[in-house]
Amino acid sequence: MMLLLRIAATHVRNRLRQTIVSTLGVALGVGFSVAMASLMEGSQRDFMETLIEAIPHVQILDEQRSPAVQPASKVYDAIEFHGLRPREDLRGIRNPIEALASLRDWVNGNLAQRLSGQAVLRYSGQDIGMTLIGVIPRRELKVSKISDDMRKGTFEDLDTISNGLVLGDKAAERLGAGPGDTVTLTSANGIAKRFKIVGTFHTGVTANDESVAYAPLKAVQILLEKPDIINSISIRLANISEANVVAARAERQLGYKAISWEEANEGLMEAFLVRNIIMYTAVGAILVVAGFGIFNIVSTIVHEKAKDIAILKSLGFPEADIQQIFVLEGLVIGVMGAIAGSMLGFGLSSYLSSIEFELTTNVEMTRLPIYFSALHYVAASLLALFSSGIAGFIPARKAARLNPVDIIRGAT
Amino acid sequence: MSSLAAQKTAGFSALLEARNLTRILPAVVPVTLVEDISFEVGEAEFVAITGPSGSGKSSLLYLLGLLDRPTRGDVLIRGTKTDELSSAELSQVRLEQIGFVFQFHFLLPEFSVLDNVMIPMQKLGKLPQRDQLDHAKTLLADLGLEEFLHRLPAQLSGGQRQRVAVARALANTPDLILADEPTGSLDSSATEQVFESLQKIVETQNTTVVAVTHDLDIASRMERRIHLVDGRIDYDRHR
Ligand SMILES: Nc1ncnc2c1ncn2[C@@H]1O[C@H](COP(=O)(O)OP(=O)(O)O)[C@@H](O)[C@H]1O
Ligand SMILES: [Mg+2]
Repeated sequence: MMLLLRIAATHVRNRLRQTIVSTLGVALGVGFSVAMASLMEGSQRDFMETLIEAIPHVQILDEQRSPAVQPASKVYDAIEFHGLRPREDLRGIRNPIEALASLRDWVNGNLAQRLSGQAVLRYSGQDIGMTLIGVIPRRELKVSKISDDMRKGTFEDLDTISNGLVLGDKAAERLGAGPGDTVTLTSANGIAKRFKIVGTFHTGVTANDESVAYAPLKAVQILLEKPDIINSISIRLANISEANVVAARAERQLGYKAISWEEANEGLMEAFLVRNIIMYTAVGAILVVAGFGIFNIVSTIVHEKAKDIAILKSLGFPEADIQQIFVLEGLVIGVMGAIAGSMLGFGLSSYLSSIEFELTTNVEMTRLPIYFSALHYVAASLLALFSSGIAGFIPARKAARLNPVDIIRGAT
Repeated sequence: MSSLAAQKTAGFSALLEARNLTRILPAVVPVTLVEDISFEVGEAEFVAITGPSGSGKSSLLYLLGLLDRPTRGDVLIRGTKTDELSSAELSQVRLEQIGFVFQFHFLLPEFSVLDNVMIPMQKLGKLPQRDQLDHAKTLLADLGLEEFLHRLPAQLSGGQRQRVAVARALANTPDLILADEPTGSLDSSATEQVFESLQKIVETQNTTVVAVTHDLDIASRMERRIHLVDGRIDYDRHR
């Protein structure tokens, strides 16, 4: 084996220019694959992190996944009932205290309950429809990052002022209102209540900034005439990978629909998958091209070294050895290319991660999100080796089958 | 079947036996290279194969060296039939028991003189590395090549290259050396050197040398001569 490798290395070394070109081909393939993978994975992780920061890991809603079984069906098994309407006022999670307590028993993370509904906000003769979210501020702060988005005032102030209100900065701008001002909120049933603005937030998501407001849970329950009722529970887990399991268990336990962040963003996950498939196809194409370079050089060597092949065979090297020599030649180039390519990839990714951008649209990004992972290097190198092995194998098989007698006769 | 077992069943076996060897190249008009060739060669023999150009000398040597396979007949090495052996087994027989010297040097051009001689030893892997080096140096020194160990074949004269080829053929101390016009491309003094080195091998190492030659002076100095005409044995006689 060492001997075969030495023969292979000698053949390759004596074709320095061609070898460098083929090695560069592989190196470029590996290098760009690595850089692309680290950028792709970096941006995906960056996006997911932002997403996971912004939304609850599991959200329990006041709905059932399948329509509720009609009470009559429970009694009369064989008869189906259609068109019966459940009572309107059953909406909402009942016995919230009990439900929360039973979840706290086993969920490793923080929980916060909410009651949200629609209300009209009025200030100095202007009306805006708002989604009003009733929260227990200190709980809410443990499951969401709203405090990071606060522009004026603090979210904690909701706790200190009984009728406090925090609203999106766009809505505040439209009304011309700010902290300290008192506004009126009116429910769909005509109940009106005065709230004092204690702060504004800016999430960067326009719909939220224009029409979402937070108020203490108790005040919202009174305004919406839903005492002791909540309509969602948000869970922030210590370990986000448990989200699906926790959601399923909570749903079984409470009977309400519980969705994990993964389920909530199913479309996004699919988009990432498609993106990754496109990326790996491009990477594969690059390495196939690199493979052609190797195929070319090994074929040339086989052609030029026909006499050496005959000599080795006459000395007693079996066909398998001859084949190995030329496969090794492909692999030698592949290994050199993979090493050079890994370095190139690391250099490229490092460079990309050092560039700073000045972006002031919805999302602010100062640097390209590059994720460094040994896996990228290993995967790209293995792919390169696989491709170079195949590229060497085809001419190697031809070499092994050369008839030494034909060559020896031809040479004399 | 191992060669030892063959010897037992046969009672006595020659080192090399050609048994009704016929080689026909398949083609629209098939070409007969050699036809119905039979002879035996014992240990420490020095045999010349002669004949006019195109009489099938090289073809016969390739068959004897197991590089080519006969259409009919068989080659036996120490009584072992080789027509039953796989290509890998034939390679192993060549590696252990046969050394080749061709008309043109056929050295590996990218390897030094020393490497060329050591490569068959490394492939066989019987000697420890240290001994391989010593053995190669001894072989080359015996052939007067001790000064050229680290030269490439291209940096040697024709006679020197042929002697390196002889040293390489001897690397694994084979029982049989097959040479195809080893002096065919050499001037008379180089021819003399190569011939003497082959003769010395027969005399001192009990190795059998079968050499094709068109040099009648050389042939007349060898103890046995097999003469081919049109792919058949014309005569086979001792001096
Ligand atoms: N591949 C081939 N195709 C056709 N004819 C061949 C081929 N190889 C050898 N021959 C012919 O076979 C005969 C024997 O060749 P060879 O064994 O080389 O003779 P020698 O070595 O005695 O000169 C020659 O006439 C040669 O032209
Ligand atoms: Mg000939």
